[in-house]
Amino acid sequence: MNKQQKAYQRTARAMQPRRPILRNTVLAFLVGGIICALAQLFLSYLLSRGLPQKEAFALTSGFMVFWGALLTGLGVYDVIGRVGGMGAALPITGFANSMVSPAMEFKREGYVLGVGARLFTVAGPVIVYGLVSAVVVVVVKWLLTGTP
Amino acid sequence: MSKRLGQQTVVFSQPPVIISVASVVGPMEGKGPLGQQFDVVKSDRLLGQKSWELAEKILCEEACDLAIKKAGLSPQEIDFFLAGDLLNQIITANFSAETLGVPFLGLFGACSTLAEGLALGGMLIDGGFASVVLAGCSSHHDTAERQYRYPTELGVQRPPTAQWTVTGAGATVVGTKGPGPRLTHATVGKVISMGLKDPSDLGSAMAPAAAQTIWQHLQDSGRSPDYYDVIATGDLGAVGHPICRKLLADRGLSLGENFTDCGLLIYDRQRQRVDAGGSGCGCSAVVYAAHFVPRLVAREIRHLLLVPTGALFSPTSWQQGQSIPAVAHAVALEMLQ
Repeated sequence: MNKQQKAYQRTARAMQPRRPILRNTVLAFLVGGIICALAQLFLSYLLSRGLPQKEAFALTSGFMVFWGALLTGLGVYDVIGRVGGMGAALPITGFANSMVSPAMEFKREGYVLGVGARLFTVAGPVIVYGLVSAVVVVVVKWLLTGTP
Repeated sequence: MSKRLGQQTVVFSQPPVIISVASVVGPMEGKGPLGQQFDVVKSDRLLGQKSWELAEKILCEEACDLAIKKAGLSPQEIDFFLAGDLLNQIITANFSAETLGVPFLGLFGACSTLAEGLALGGMLIDGGFASVVLAGCSSHHDTAERQYRYPTELGVQRPPTAQWTVTGAGATVVGTKGPGPRLTHATVGKVISMGLKDPSDLGSAMAPAAAQTIWQHLQDSGRSPDYYDVIATGDLGAVGHPICRKLLADRGLSLGENFTDCGLLIYDRQRQRVDAGGSGCGCSAVVYAAHFVPRLVAREIRHLLLVPTGALFSPTSWQQGQSIPAVAHAVALEMLQ
């Protein structure tokens, strides 16, 4: 990058609006918190009705994925995401949104070249690096403790 | 007599005349400050089609049909159709040209396409290669989102520098004579990159190109900024427009109240959640067709310099870490007493 480009970037940066980090953080906390509280409410209900813990966890995940997917289909989740930012992206409802939104978008290119090929456009990197980090963690644990 | 003026400008010896204009926009643009001025406002972004791309094609075709109809012509009387859009391989323009059945030259200048079409159309007419030319371009919020960014229903947070792609198409018929505004000059821009890489801050990436073209146009034509009643950039938005003003001030050109931006005019930024303003080929095209040309015709303004700006990047180029180059072309329009 030359001198002129560097000088311009300084000028431009000084004139660009800042991201409202404080407001975004508070909104992410509230939106993410509400989503998690709803999930907790559902989970507590299942447990109080005597469902074993393992089944109750799985059912709660399914319940939240269902709502994330439904709200994406109804065109509501993108608004929740715009307001809540990471608070809407991080819970499992955000994962549902990242799967359903490409499915809706790319269905127009058909079930093979569209939905099939591009379903993981957004969630793909999360899955890939989730698996990679799981392997790394296990290897580190194995080296440290001698048991995988 | 030479038709070239200075380094980058052409001056038309027989200035081509704007015969008609047409604009077709989506619902959100219809609810903006210029809502009443558009020819057609659609109530649905999908226009009852199966895909966003088909909807954009309808916008483009309707704008072209309407411009031809308003000119009192039939498609057979158009010598050339010059058009472009933002989509890969400019499919909206290509497919609309198929429907129109007019000899077609496809353009890609990103959001500067309208000026590219007007400049080339003017040259075709003044050069004697055509007597009637149709220029147009289109963009659609959702086709652009899906191609450049994310699936439309994905919940993402927009940074305050992001702009909102206009859903709309503008078309204009240019000919040799008539009572309309005349196209007097065109300044063809150079592609400039300042090394910026953020695709959600195109205003900052495009401002230097706009400043260079405006500066060069005034140098070449010997005009002062006050000569124009309006100098309008295409879609620099709330971030790029003040930067462009500052760059020109740094070069000794202070622009006054007459310096505006189509991306700032088309939406109400407080009310419509568009962050830094409008963008897209359709932005300058529909503001030109619905706002500026009617104001010229009504003689509310006499001299207009329209400077649409385009960010010349693709999803591949920015994902590979390339910076975002930009271009701006200027066209000067005047209305005689």
